Amino acid sequence: MATEVHNLQELRRSASLATKVFIQRDYSDGTICQFQTKFPPELDSRIERQLFEDTVKTLNSFYSEAEKIGGNSYLEGCLACATAYFIFLCMETHYEKVLKKISRYIQDQNEKIFAPRGLLLTDPVERGMRVIEISIYEDRCSSGSSSSGSSTGSGSSSGGGVGAGAR
Amino acid sequence: MSVMVVRKKVTRKWEKLPGRNTFCCDGRVMMARQKGIFYLTLFLILGTCTLFFAFECRYLAVQLSPAIPVFAAMLFLFSMATLLRTSFSDPGVIPRALPDEAAFIEMEIEATNGAVPQGQRPPPRIKNFQINNQIVKLKYCYTCKIFRPPRASHCSICDNCVERFDHHCPWVGNCVGKRNYRYFYLFILSLSLLTIYVFAFNIVYVALKSLKIGFLETLKETPGTVLEVLICFFTLWSVVGLTGFHTFLVALNQTTNEDIKGSWTGKNRVQNPYSHGNIVKNCCEVLCGPLPPSVLDRRGILPLEESGSRPPSTQETTSSLLPQSPAPTEHLSSTDMPEDTSIPEEMPPPEPPEPPQEATDAEK
Repeated sequence: MATEVHNLQELRRSASLATKVFIQRDYSDGTICQFQTKFPPELDSRIERQLFEDTVKTLNSFYSEAEKIGGNSYLEGCLACATAYFIFLCMETHYEKVLKKISRYIQDQNEKIFAPRGLLLTDPVERGMRVIEISIYEDRCSSGSSSSGSSTGSGSSSGGGVGAGAR
Repeated sequence: MSVMVVRKKVTRKWEKLPGRNTFCCDGRVMMARQKGIFYLTLFLILGTCTLFFAFECRYLAVQLSPAIPVFAAMLFLFSMATLLRTSFSDPGVIPRALPDEAAFIEMEIEATNGAVPQGQRPPPRIKNFQINNQIVKLKYCYTCKIFRPPRASHCSICDNCVERFDHHCPWVGNCVGKRNYRYFYLFILSLSLLTIYVFAFNIVYVALKSLKIGFLETLKETPGTVLEVLICFFTLWSVVGLTGFHTFLVALNQTTNEDIKGSWTGKNRVQNPYSHGNIVKNCCEVLCGPLPPSVLDRRGILPLEESGSRPPSTQETTSSLLPQSPAPTEHLSSTDMPEDTSIPEEMPPPEPPEPPQEATDAEK
């Protein structure tokens, strides 16, 4: 198990992508944006369960805040309607502000927690808010599990190997 | 000394987006491919209002009140603004799955269902979810290679999955979905009011002027009045009816798609899990709720690929690996999803009246 500490830049230079794990959406509360907190088996050896769950729960709380239906959102909606939505040309919506907060949070988490463990979180906004993509890197110089460089095409075989092993 | 000419053209993501949309203003504007009926809508509104302002308003402002053209102008500007917002904005398109994600989902499906032998058509892929104590099925979209979120549907005209898909409206030249439904509703509402307003004041104008110079003379002096009255009369029946229908949908927090499919009606069907049970709350959520931004990132710049290696670690690069839509998938999307295209995605009907209303009548 590779336990060397990497920073983000070193990770990108020296590591090769082994596989990707996709955390799916959790629709049990309706169509609001929430992600499943179920711990994927592929990450078993890479990160502590609690850390992972905390990250996903924090992200979920950010999205709840963005989609909260309350006085503020009504005010914003009514004001925008009164100006025939021209106000959006100069003003950012509450949702956009929260999405920026989320980007900063993910960057922060990547630097502090995920990159040292050879992982990389991708902002769900880049994936259409469908999944949280976690890229798992293998150190090129380590003698860890053999990995094919890119996961496209061979993703099913390498992912299947990891998945089958974990299952 | 040699002079190097540097090409500064950047490729933006909208140029490589799959789906059948057209983009204008370097990705700022997003519409469906067929825009003919949208131009007709614009022409009818602009034409009728121009005639109204040019002829009737001048007389009525003097004879009755200058507030009449002012209010008409406000209604006109509001309906044009909401029309353009509806037509030009992203309705809530869900980007297609990148190859890694698609492969991951395929793996999960195979693990659940078992591998399908070559040549056999795979069984329809459905996931069951529980929302607010109701079981809701998520369908797999073969074109976009994703499990569609609840209330999302694939528009066969634009070839995109759209969140909270309502219908595809040729009159606005775009799909109506999560991000532009409120603009669409406000457009038809303001257009109804504008139509009623213009119609009423045309009648008033004809009545007032006929008292002075007679009915036929009035019509001879401003022949445009006849045209306006005709257009308003036919528009009234369709647009006001449509506004009433959509008010009903908003009050129940339903989409046209769900209403046509009868998702929440009938004895053995689940109740609408998205309704708050309260009309005011439903209206507030649909019309004044938070507006999610577009996830398409149309104006993002595609990085130039270096010869050979594609750096996979940068987020921007991975998001640029948009899947092409090869011919087999196109074929699949038109023949393999009868469950999607059975919903009238508003193919332009032979008759002029509003297609969504037309479709609901036909389907019901």
